[in-house]
Amino acid sequence: MWSKIRVGMVAILIGLIAIVSYRYLSGQTIALLQPKGLIAEKERDLIYLATVLMLIVVIPVFFMAFWFPKRYNENSKNAEYLPDWDSNKALEAIWWGVPIAIIGVIAIVTWKSTHELDPFKPLAAANRQQRIQVVAMEWKWLFIYPDEGIVTVNHVLVPKDVPVSFEITSDAPMNSFWIPQLSGQIYAMSGMSTKLHVLANSTGKYEGLSANISGYGFSDMRFIAEVVDKNSYNDWVNNINISSSKFGENEYQQLSIPSVANTPQYFSLSQNDLYSRIVAKYNDPTMIDGLKLQLRSSNFHNHAEDK
Amino acid sequence: MLGLLTNFAHLSGKTDPVILGAQIALIGGIIAVALVITILGRWRWLWYEWLTSLNPKRIGVMYLIVAFLMLLRGAVDAFMLRLQQTIGSGGGEGFLDANHFQQVFTAHGTLMIFFVAMGLMFGIINLILPLQIGSRDVAFPFLNSLSFWLYLVGVGIINTHLIVGGEFAATGWLAYPPLSGIEYSPGPGVDYWIWSVQIAGIGSLLSGVNFFTTILKLRRKGMTLMRMPIFAWSVLGSMTLVLFTFPILTVALALLALDRTFAMHFFTSSFGGNPMMYINLIWAWGHPEVYILILPAFGIFSEIVATFSKKRLFGYTSMVWAIIAITFLSYIVWLHHFFTMGAGANVNAFFGIATMVIAIPTGVKVFNWLFTMYKGRVRMSQSMIWFIGFLFTFTLGGMTGVILSIPPADFQLHNSLFLVAHFHNMVIGGVVFGYMAGLTYWFPKMFGFKLHEGLGKAAAWSWIIGFLVAFIPIYMLGLMGGTRRFEKFDPSLGYHPLFVVAGIGVVIIGIGVVLQVTQLIYSILNNKKLADKTGDPWDGRTLEWSVSSPAPEYNFARLDEVNYRDEYWERKKTPAADLVKYKDIEIPKGSPIGMFIGIFAYLFAMAVIWHIAWIAALSIVIISAFVVARLNDDDIVKTIKASQIEKIESSYGGM
Repeated sequence: MWSKIRVGMVAILIGLIAIVSYRYLSGQTIALLQPKGLIAEKERDLIYLATVLMLIVVIPVFFMAFWFPKRYNENSKNAEYLPDWDSNKALEAIWWGVPIAIIGVIAIVTWKSTHELDPFKPLAAANRQQRIQVVAMEWKWLFIYPDEGIVTVNHVLVPKDVPVSFEITSDAPMNSFWIPQLSGQIYAMSGMSTKLHVLANSTGKYEGLSANISGYGFSDMRFIAEVVDKNSYNDWVNNINISSSKFGENEYQQLSIPSVANTPQYFSLSQNDLYSRIVAKYNDPTMIDGLKLQLRSSNFHNHAEDK
Repeated sequence: MLGLLTNFAHLSGKTDPVILGAQIALIGGIIAVALVITILGRWRWLWYEWLTSLNPKRIGVMYLIVAFLMLLRGAVDAFMLRLQQTIGSGGGEGFLDANHFQQVFTAHGTLMIFFVAMGLMFGIINLILPLQIGSRDVAFPFLNSLSFWLYLVGVGIINTHLIVGGEFAATGWLAYPPLSGIEYSPGPGVDYWIWSVQIAGIGSLLSGVNFFTTILKLRRKGMTLMRMPIFAWSVLGSMTLVLFTFPILTVALALLALDRTFAMHFFTSSFGGNPMMYINLIWAWGHPEVYILILPAFGIFSEIVATFSKKRLFGYTSMVWAIIAITFLSYIVWLHHFFTMGAGANVNAFFGIATMVIAIPTGVKVFNWLFTMYKGRVRMSQSMIWFIGFLFTFTLGGMTGVILSIPPADFQLHNSLFLVAHFHNMVIGGVVFGYMAGLTYWFPKMFGFKLHEGLGKAAAWSWIIGFLVAFIPIYMLGLMGGTRRFEKFDPSLGYHPLFVVAGIGVVIIGIGVVLQVTQLIYSILNNKKLADKTGDPWDGRTLEWSVSSPAPEYNFARLDEVNYRDEYWERKKTPAADLVKYKDIEIPKGSPIGMFIGIFAYLFAMAVIWHIAWIAALSIVIISAFVVARLNDDDIVKTIKASQIEKIESSYGGM
C-alpha cells in the first residue's frame, strides 16, 4: 500500500515537472535546438543522433540499476543466489560487442561530419561568398567588410542564403567567436587567423557572444548577428558608406582602449589591409608603425578602480 | 630587500566584505585550532604521533582532514558563484563584480581538483592500499611524508592570497595564456595559482612514484597481478598516469612562470611565443588528470558492490583490461578540449573518435557492476546508495560525454554550460560519490568505528537529488546558448528561472553536506556504540578486513601467503587454527624533515611570487641541505618487539 502511494507521488511529481518545464521552455529560445543556419542545423542533428544511439545502452542500464538491487535485495528470500558466479563469456561478449557497435556507428558519423562541417571549409552554394573579417578586442567585436569597405562594432549583418566566410583574429586575449543559432564557434587568437563558414537561412536578429574567458569585460562581449534579405543588406551597406565617418589608424587606436558594453558603431573603411596588419603585428612587431604593441602596466580593472 | 612586497599598493587594501569574511575565517580558524591544542596540551602528541609520522595511515588521515577543509572552502565558492549567477541572470548587479567572480571560479576549480579530489584520493590510497595488498608499509615512507607536506604547501599558498596580495588568478582554473601572461594579468594572482599548483603537483608526482612502486614491489607473497583487488588495479592505472603526465604539468607551469617572472616568451602572443603550445601541454596533463581521479573511484565501487552483494565481482578479467584500456586511451584524447582551436578535420576526427572509444571499456565496467548484483544478496547500505546514485548520474554523464566528443557537436557545446554540467556530472556523480562511498565503506577500518547509517543514507540521497536538481537545468542552459564563466546574463534571454532551480539544487546538496557533518559528529560522540570490534564489519572479501580496526601500526603481524582473489573471503570459509609465533617487525621512525622541506618550499614560492631573490635562493640551499641530511641518516627504523605484537594481537583476538 505505502509503496503504491509512493510510486503515485513520484509519478505526480514527474508530471508536474514535465508540465512546468514544457510551459517554460515553449516560451524560450533553445538556441542549439532551434537553428537558423545550415551548419547549426547539421550540428543539432548530430546531437540528436548521438543521444538516440546512446540511449540504446543508457535505458537498459537505468532499468537494471533500478531493478537488480530491488530483485536481489537481501530481504527478498526467494531470489536466486549464486555467490561464486563471476564470469560468463557470452554475456561479456554482448557488453563488449554492443558498445563497440554503437561507438563504431558514431565514429563513422564523426569522421564524415567532422570533414563535412570543418569550419575552415568553404560552403558550396550558388551565391558568391560574403567575406567578413572579425577582430576580438578588449571587450568588443570589430567586423570589417573588406569588399564593401565598411566597419562595424558589435553588430554583424549578413545576407540571407549567401555563404559567409568569416576570418577571425584577436587583438586581445583569446576569445571564441560564437553565434549559436547560425553555427558552432571557433577561437579568435592574436597573430593567427581562423575561419568559420556560415549560411543563414532565416531572417532575424540572433545573439552572438564570446565563449572563452578574456578578462574583465568578457561577459559584455555580446553582439547582434542580424540576417536580412539581399536588398536590405545592400541598402544597409550603402547607407553606412554614405553617412558614416572614416575608420583608420587613429580610430582603431581609440577603439583599442579597453571598454565594456559598447553599443554598435558604424564606419566606412579607409585602409583595406587593416585586418592583415592586425594579424601581422604579432608576428613582427617592429614592422608596422602606428599599430605597435604596447605592454601595459595594468589591466582595465585597475583603471576602473582608480577612477 | 622584500621585492614587490615593499610596494604596498599590492597588499590587500580592499574592504570587500567577501574577502574580509574569508580573512576572518582563515586567521580565526588557525588561532582557534592552535588555542584548542594548547589548552588540551596536545602539541607533543601532535608532533610525534602526526606531523612527523611516516605511518601511511596517519598521513592518510591528515590528507583527509585537509581535503575536507578545502572542500568546505570550495563549496562556499560554489555557493557564491551560483548565487551571483542567479542574481545576475535576473537583471541584478549581484555582489561579485566580473573580476572577483572570475577569481572565485578559478579558485573553486583549482581547489576542488588539486586540493579536494587529489587530497581525498591520496588519503584513501594511503589508508587502504598497503592493507589491501597485504603490505606493512609503502615503498618509500619518507617520500610519502614529503608528498603530503608539499600538498599542504600548495594548500597554504592558495589560501595565502586571501591575506597577502588580495587577488587570485582571474583566468579560469587552467590559466590559458595570453590572458594569464604578465601583459593581461599583471598582479600576483596568477603567480599564486602557478606556485600552489606547481608545488602540490610535485608532491603528487612523488606520490605517484611511491604507490606505483608499492603496488609492483610490495604485494604479499602469492598475490599475483591477476589476484590483486580491483581497487589496487585502479590505483595502479591512476599512478601510471601520474608518472607520465605530472611532469608535463611541471614543465608547462615552469615555462609560464618564466614568462611571467623573467619576461620570457614561451607562451606570449608576440615575439615568437605560442599560447597554443601551452594549451596542448596543459591538457596533455589535464585530461589524464580526470582519469587519475576517476579510476580509483571505479576501484572503490568494484570493492563495494562485491562486498554488499555478497558475491564475487563479475568479470574480473574484463575489469582489469578495461582499466588498462582506459589508462592508455586517456593519453590520446587531450585535444578534445579544444576542437575549436582550428586544427584540421583529420586531427579533430581522430581525437573525437579516440575519446568516444573510452566509452566502451567504461560501459563494460558498468555492466560488470550491474551483473555483480545480479543473483547476489544486495544489502542497501549507505555505501550502496552512493553506488546506485553513481550508476545513474555517471551513465548520464557518459552519454553527454559522447555527444561532446563529436567535433561538430562540440563546436556548439564547447565552453557552454552544457559542458559545465557534463564535467560536474563526472566529477560529482563519479569522483565525489566514489570517494564518499569509499570513505563510508572503509571508515571503520580507518578509525575503528562505523558512521551512523541513517544520517549517511539521508546525506547520500540529498547529494543525488540535489545534484540532479542543480545540474539538469545547467544542461538546459547550455542548449539555450548559455556560456560558462559569465557573472551576468541579459534577463531577456530568460535564463533566470533555470538558475533559480539550479540554486535550489545547490541548497539540497548543502543539506547533504550538513547531514554529513552531523553524521561525523554524531558518530564520533557515539563511537563506543558504533565501534567495530571484529575488524570486519561488512563481511568483507579482501585482506584489509583481516586485521583489527583501526589497523595496528605494522598492519599485519604475520605475512601469510595469498592463494585467492578474494583471499579473506576464502579464509573465512576454512579458518586456520594454527598457533602463531610472532617475529619482531621493523617500521620506519618518524621524521620532521618532510615538514621542514615543506616550510622552505613555501618560503621559496612566496619569494618567487613577490620577487625576493635572496629568500628564494636561501630556501633552495636549505632544502638541498635537508635532502642531503636525510640521505645521510641511517638511523631510520625502529623495531616493534614480538612480545608487544602478541599483546596487541591478542587484545583484538584476530587471526
